[in-house]
Amino acid sequence: MADHRLRAYGALLGAQARSQAAYRASFAVDLVGNVGATVFDVVTVLVIFGVTRELGGFTLRETLVMVGLSACAFATADLLVGNVERLPAYVRTGLFDAVLLRPLGALPQLLLMDLPLRKASRAVFGLAVLLVALARAGIEWTPGRVALAVAAPLAGVVFFGSVFVATATVSFYWTESGELANSVTYGGRDFTSYPVTIFDGWFRAAFAYGMGFAFVSYQPALALLGRADPLGLPAWMGWASPTVALVAAALAATAWRVGVRHYRSTGS
Amino acid sequence: MSVIDVRELRKEFTVRVRAGRLRREKRTVAAVAGVDLRVERGELLGYIGPNGAGKSTTLKMLTGVLTPTSGQVRVCGLRPVPERTRLALRVGVVFGQRSQLWWDLPLRESFDLLRHVYRVPAAAHAARLRRCRDLLDLDAFADTPVRQLSLGQRMRGELTAALLHGPEVLFLDEPTIGLDVVSRQAVRGFLAELGRAGDTTLVLTTHDLADIERLCPRLVVIDHGRVVHDGPIAALHDRYGSRRLVVADLDTALPQPPELPGAPLLRVEADGHRLVFALESAGVADVVAALAGRAALRDVSIVEPDIEDVVARLYAGKEGPLVNASGRAGAPS
Repeated sequence: MADHRLRAYGALLGAQARSQAAYRASFAVDLVGNVGATVFDVVTVLVIFGVTRELGGFTLRETLVMVGLSACAFATADLLVGNVERLPAYVRTGLFDAVLLRPLGALPQLLLMDLPLRKASRAVFGLAVLLVALARAGIEWTPGRVALAVAAPLAGVVFFGSVFVATATVSFYWTESGELANSVTYGGRDFTSYPVTIFDGWFRAAFAYGMGFAFVSYQPALALLGRADPLGLPAWMGWASPTVALVAAALAATAWRVGVRHYRSTGS
Repeated sequence: MSVIDVRELRKEFTVRVRAGRLRREKRTVAAVAGVDLRVERGELLGYIGPNGAGKSTTLKMLTGVLTPTSGQVRVCGLRPVPERTRLALRVGVVFGQRSQLWWDLPLRESFDLLRHVYRVPAAAHAARLRRCRDLLDLDAFADTPVRQLSLGQRMRGELTAALLHGPEVLFLDEPTIGLDVVSRQAVRGFLAELGRAGDTTLVLTTHDLADIERLCPRLVVIDHGRVVHDGPIAALHDRYGSRRLVVADLDTALPQPPELPGAPLLRVEADGHRLVFALESAGVADVVAALAGRAALRDVSIVEPDIEDVVARLYAGKEGPLVNASGRAGAPS
């Protein structure tokens, strides 16, 4: 049974690849263009360090670990799950009806049917940034830190993926929800590119720990670099990313399931 | 066991209506307001109603797309929403305005993909596809990307796509909408053929009553979310007193219009040169023979009752007491 399903999902993915191959030139342009956004993120941080030696108490090399974790996690999640943000369009055009009529899970179908392969370049670039940042940060490697260096970006992917799914479910209730979803997902990406110490007050509390964005890059970076949290949180928080990601995934899955039940479809 | 068993099915939507300049009021609207329906294996059911009557909403609840507000639904013995993916393997759906096909791929590739999606054994898939290819003439456009197909071609593709996994029930929502005459005939002929085979249950919503007359022995009419008629088309005619007409053109007008038993005279037209009788208990031959004995007939034509008229009257609510024409359970109006 599970094997059959995997084959079915594989077939959907293949179809998606062949469909995109129908527009070869624009695919190539997109592939290059998509790297641009992440390059811009990195350049922004470099420019900031052109005028200051520290940012929120962290050096350029330390901050770049956070940038790398954030870029790698966001770009990969955006490649795999980001297209769920087109859910309002799927609901409006009735494509979501067609998805529900097939004998497969609705969410995996939506993601595979429209997997934006052109975003792959950006995920690869994000990973490259992370690898370079880790190599240059002067980390004292221990087996635990090696495991965290692998687990943290994966947890970040799961976390951002959950945020994409959870915010998209709003469109089951409210069709014009695109901007709200963007402010959380893209806002979250920008937030995680910097040490949380540069933010302040309720905003930091809400984004970093209320929504959990601190566990994408800031906390694991502290643990990798062996630095104590200037904000005074205990050191084990740096290792909590995988747990936080699983909680986020469970919440997103619940939100999705409830949302589908509330789906109203469109006229005829 | 009925293939489709629906009891007291309701679907309510909350809509926000403007009340005053800024205030908006929540109002609950029942799109489907207590539908009861049982369909047996192999039946061909026409499900009609005016715009907004709840036809599509019902179909979407039967296929697990929408969650009912209340009531019971079983299709092939399964509950559509919780057992959606299992049900999907056993029913086929053609929504005239939704596509199950891959827009950028040749039609043939969509069929191949669906084989994987529905986990159909290769031999069964090939046999079903061969049958559809012959009946629907698919070969001419099987290698064309779906986005370049005409609506009629695409609909033939959709029909094939919905049947490749050998569904027990086929739901069709407006399958002939927007089609040209030739494609419409092809689709109808194909569905009639499928119905004759007898192992697929067909549920068809349509605005084109010719679809129903051609295909569906049983007609369910829904209005304002309720079943207002459930039975054969003939029962609908009986109920509304619609009858076949005999129109007789005479060479010379009769001084006195004849009285024929079982066929009352409805109208005299063209200065007595044309007589219109309604067929009640009398047959066409009786009427023609009786007329021929009294006058010189130039032409005789039979006018079938117009289902559109009947249904229009039904929608307008000009009806007698609600009779359950087929003896099946119908919702009280």
